[in-house]
Amino acid sequence: MRTSVQEMIAQSKGKKNKKFIEKIIPWILLLIASVSVLTTIGIVLTLIIETITFFRRVSVFDFVFGTTWLPFSNKEELYGILPLIVGTLKVTLIAVIVAVPIGISAAIYLSEYASETVRRIVKPVLEVLAGIPTIVYGFFALTFVTPLLQTFFPEIKIFNAISPGIVVGIMIIPMIASLSEDAMSAVPRSIRDGALAMGSTKFEVAWKIIVPAALSGIIASVVLAVSRAIGETMIVSLAGGSTPKFDGDFAGSIQTMTAYIVQVSKGDAGYGTTIYYSIYAVGFTLFLFTMLMNILAQYVSKRFREEY
Amino acid sequence: MTTIKTALTKKEPVQKTDKKSVYLTKQLNLWYGDNHALKNIDLDIKENEVTAIIGPSGCGKSTYIKTLNRMVELVPSVKTSGQILYRDRNIFDKDYGVEELRTRVGMVFQKPNPFPKSIYDNIAYGPRIHGIKNKKILNEIVEKSLRGAAIWEEVKDRLDENAYSLSGGQQQRICIARALAIEPDVILMDEPTSALDPISTLKIEELVQELKKDYSIIIVTHNMQQAARISDKTAFFLNGEVIEYDDTDTIFSNPSDKRTEDYISGRFG
Repeated sequence: MRTSVQEMIAQSKGKKNKKFIEKIIPWILLLIASVSVLTTIGIVLTLIIETITFFRRVSVFDFVFGTTWLPFSNKEELYGILPLIVGTLKVTLIAVIVAVPIGISAAIYLSEYASETVRRIVKPVLEVLAGIPTIVYGFFALTFVTPLLQTFFPEIKIFNAISPGIVVGIMIIPMIASLSEDAMSAVPRSIRDGALAMGSTKFEVAWKIIVPAALSGIIASVVLAVSRAIGETMIVSLAGGSTPKFDGDFAGSIQTMTAYIVQVSKGDAGYGTTIYYSIYAVGFTLFLFTMLMNILAQYVSKRFREEY
Repeated sequence: MTTIKTALTKKEPVQKTDKKSVYLTKQLNLWYGDNHALKNIDLDIKENEVTAIIGPSGCGKSTYIKTLNRMVELVPSVKTSGQILYRDRNIFDKDYGVEELRTRVGMVFQKPNPFPKSIYDNIAYGPRIHGIKNKKILNEIVEKSLRGAAIWEEVKDRLDENAYSLSGGQQQRICIARALAIEPDVILMDEPTSALDPISTLKIEELVQELKKDYSIIIVTHNMQQAARISDKTAFFLNGEVIEYDDTDTIFSNPSDKRTEDYISGRFG
């Protein structure tokens, strides 16, 4: 007759290595997890150190408040970042104008109107849209959207803010739609029923109950999308041009922070030159912008989260 | 006119025959796909009464009350046949909009489901979507509705707070006030106290007694004592059929059907 199960358990419990493994596993996991955190810290540190080097040569005041960005000048190099920020904001503004209404409408449709079948087809399609390489979007902007715009508005130049703005908008639509849809779908059925039982139409329920109830999630999705638009690189490099301008012109060539970094990185700025360090300063500025946006998104979704 | 009406109903003893029908159900059948959930229902529900619908789980009582304001149609693959006349008009008529019906017939759900808005906005929601925008009138409606639902004293100083900051019993009374705000004709209550503690339940029951002066109330309950305490008429549902429908006193003291007797005496269900 074999030994009882309880005896076998008692025997295997005696083995010491099991306890040992249990003890070291958390440490191993912590080590692996800290790789990503340490990498992030490393990147930020590099960014900060090189930025400091830059500011030894260019005053912070000139950088932050200067309205001329002229790093390739033969005479005096000017590093006022405002033109690059303005270029970024132009693209972001157009992207938001395009993406927010479409993204939120799509989310309302998917969450409140679409049948299960439609939702099952459309959601993966949206995710495919999110998976298109941005270089493809860039070519789309340059070779399709810009000529299309030019047929209607001849004053638009080959490089401009509108075309990349629209295409960046198209790029972030899936993000807004998908995250907003998640937020709306999370509103309990019972609340919809309550509103419908009051004699509300479907649209009244969607617009007056569901959207406000999901507002924190919707705003967070928009802020995250804006953060992506600010950081978007390929589309604006290809279709935006490389003319840093401090003005309100959307039809002509611009330059964004990201496009400037690309321009210098692929160009021949030697190591140790001011231009070389300037990309770190611009990168750091960009980092501040996107980080602020992400913190804002987190704050909004926590602070204004509805409980139900 | 209304004062005369209320005066009359107050003075006179309850005379069943005098009261008008609010809901007249004729040969109602309902299917969820292949599941025949309601079978040949005939019910005549009178105004200004509390009508209780009792029966074991799955007997169709919730389905029936949700059919009265056509909320049941939100379930996919629902089919109905037969008629439900609400104030002499068939609610299944093609030109009878559900929004119109639901504006006349309020509903209180099993689980309190206030909107994630302030207490004030919860109550003002109904009047607002139906076009009442005047702030002064809205204030009056909100106060009157909250008083009507016996919760005004508890919330009058915190109307701006989110309705979810209230207790479950208070939330349910907010939901009743929300329904009252558009002064409906009928209030449907689908097991309104099943998620509440005994004290909150008692409050809601007292409230129902108050409300029946002005409203017709149809209440689904799994709690037979509750039906006996608060209702004038009781319908006993079993397996999708109405087994017995009569004065509550008769149902509980002298039921004519053996199955009703078995159920109310706790032999099953």
